[in-house]
Amino acid sequence: MTSSQRDGHPLAVETQNLTQHFGTQTAVDDVNLSITAGGVHAVLGPNGAGKTTVMRILATLLRPSSGYAKVLGYDVLTHPGKVRERIALTGQFASLDEDLTGLENLAMLARLRGYRGRTAKSRAESLLEAFGLLDAAARQVRKYSGGMRRRLDIAASLLVRPDLLFLDEPTTGLDPRSRNDVWDAVRTLVSAGTTVLLTTQYLDEADQLADRVTVLDAGRIVAEGTPGELKSIVGSGILHIRFASADQAGAAVTLLDARFAEPTELSTDGVTVSMRLNDITKAAELIAELQRQGVHLTEFSLGQPSLNEVFLALTTPRSKTQEKPDDR
Amino acid sequence: MTVENHRDEQFTVRLEDALATTGSVRLIGPGLAVLTFTRRSLLKIRHVPEQLLDAVLYPVLFVLMFTYVFGGAISGTPEEYLQFALPGILTQTVLFLTIYTAMTINTDIEKGVFDRYRTQPVWRPAHLVGALLADSLRYGIATALTLVVGFLLGYRAPGGVLGIVAAIAVLFMFCFALSWMWLVIGLKVRTPSAVQGVSVLILFPLTFISSVFAPPETMPTWLQGFVNANPVSQLVDTLRDLMNGVANLQNLLIVVGVSVLITAIFAPIALRIYNRIS
Repeated sequence: MTSSQRDGHPLAVETQNLTQHFGTQTAVDDVNLSITAGGVHAVLGPNGAGKTTVMRILATLLRPSSGYAKVLGYDVLTHPGKVRERIALTGQFASLDEDLTGLENLAMLARLRGYRGRTAKSRAESLLEAFGLLDAAARQVRKYSGGMRRRLDIAASLLVRPDLLFLDEPTTGLDPRSRNDVWDAVRTLVSAGTTVLLTTQYLDEADQLADRVTVLDAGRIVAEGTPGELKSIVGSGILHIRFASADQAGAAVTLLDARFAEPTELSTDGVTVSMRLNDITKAAELIAELQRQGVHLTEFSLGQPSLNEVFLALTTPRSKTQEKPDDR
Repeated sequence: MTVENHRDEQFTVRLEDALATTGSVRLIGPGLAVLTFTRRSLLKIRHVPEQLLDAVLYPVLFVLMFTYVFGGAISGTPEEYLQFALPGILTQTVLFLTIYTAMTINTDIEKGVFDRYRTQPVWRPAHLVGALLADSLRYGIATALTLVVGFLLGYRAPGGVLGIVAAIAVLFMFCFALSWMWLVIGLKVRTPSAVQGVSVLILFPLTFISSVFAPPETMPTWLQGFVNANPVSQLVDTLRDLMNGVANLQNLLIVVGVSVLITAIFAPIALRIYNRIS
């Protein structure tokens, strides 16, 4: 069994025309992925984009309606056992037995992974220790906090270091500290040689962690590239300016549209104007111009493009009027 | 910003150490996989012992109730009825416990733990078979209690220890077969209580319209047809014979045959559904 390659790099994941129907719904629509081994690959998209479904097909949990998927060189339909030997999956919801203690859960999974007797227990303990859960080892998982569960859940995927780790929205609902722990774990795993495929709703997360990003929307791939490439689609930053009244905001839009190439967007509240900027230093120039023309702004902020903005840019044609309130 | 970019060096080092000591995957055989899942179910019972309540209470309740409420009316004296009914009460009590395996698995499906187990590189049926094996603890407790209460009330088994052991073996075999039927339901319906609802609906006529509590000769002929076709009747008759020290090979063969047939039909269906649950 030879593994697939791209530009001389072995592929961790390769799919062709992958499609998944649930009844009349198409959750995954003709997805072609080729993810090289090593590093972090993020699948970015809103709820219902098909991220989890793609991941479940790759993890041998779901049979695709059509198309084909290869994981680490093995077809998921014909060699699911070979795939399972090399992967681990940490799902969106705690995939542990809540009745059992943290230690019992991990020791059980260690046994399933080939550790025997005492060594299963000591393997479980060393992972609990690494994730700072040794104190909670003898506690039932149902009594764990959300952050502890997520850490235990990731530890449960590492009893044997997988070649490919699937993390389904690993930081959704976590506090910043727990989220940082997850990110640290991902980085450590990658340097140990594991390929990590994660899904996320946050561009920020993809930005921090991922080498490459696939953007899914309504089951289809709408963009692929490095985080930098994705962000450049929507400019390097976004300027939000708030005005005292809708009249002022309207005057500002007219003025800015006449003087600058960047498209303006008036938010639904009618008093905030947003502009995507390719060069963030341009913000000062814009504000100065508004002041000079006597348009009074009450506050402004400069932000990174949000996932929402990346999405708007990727999924709908740019139009100056699309966000106007009377359009809705 | 400090939280954002803070990297917990200690955590990273500890994790690196843990990852460095990883062995390669040693695949385990089906037997060890089954035992691992059995052990898991037993641990669940240890943490939530309340789930054994009916395995403990029903035997006591049923033996007392049937002996003293119906015994005099059916057989003249409670003692005489007990001698007839105990193998039947044993059968009914343990048969009703067979639905637990399916309820356990159904609960697992709802939780993410199901995906965790299905991505392990082990013999896939191990999860189901392991849960099934663990439930023999329930069967065992219920059996022991039924017999103890029965003996205290005056039941005697002419078949002796050997007859009792053989009867229990036949009963458990049938229970394991029946569990596969519930597993098919348990893998299909949405909630554990639905599993219970459907299987109890089947179990009630199956146990009551049989020779469990009354001899079929006393029933109307149209009902006798069902009673005699009901495999639970053959099961109970076999248990009665074995505990009485008599051997009816024909009944025994029917029970073995039906058990094998139920397993042969429902186990593959259950496994197929298990593999394809999305």
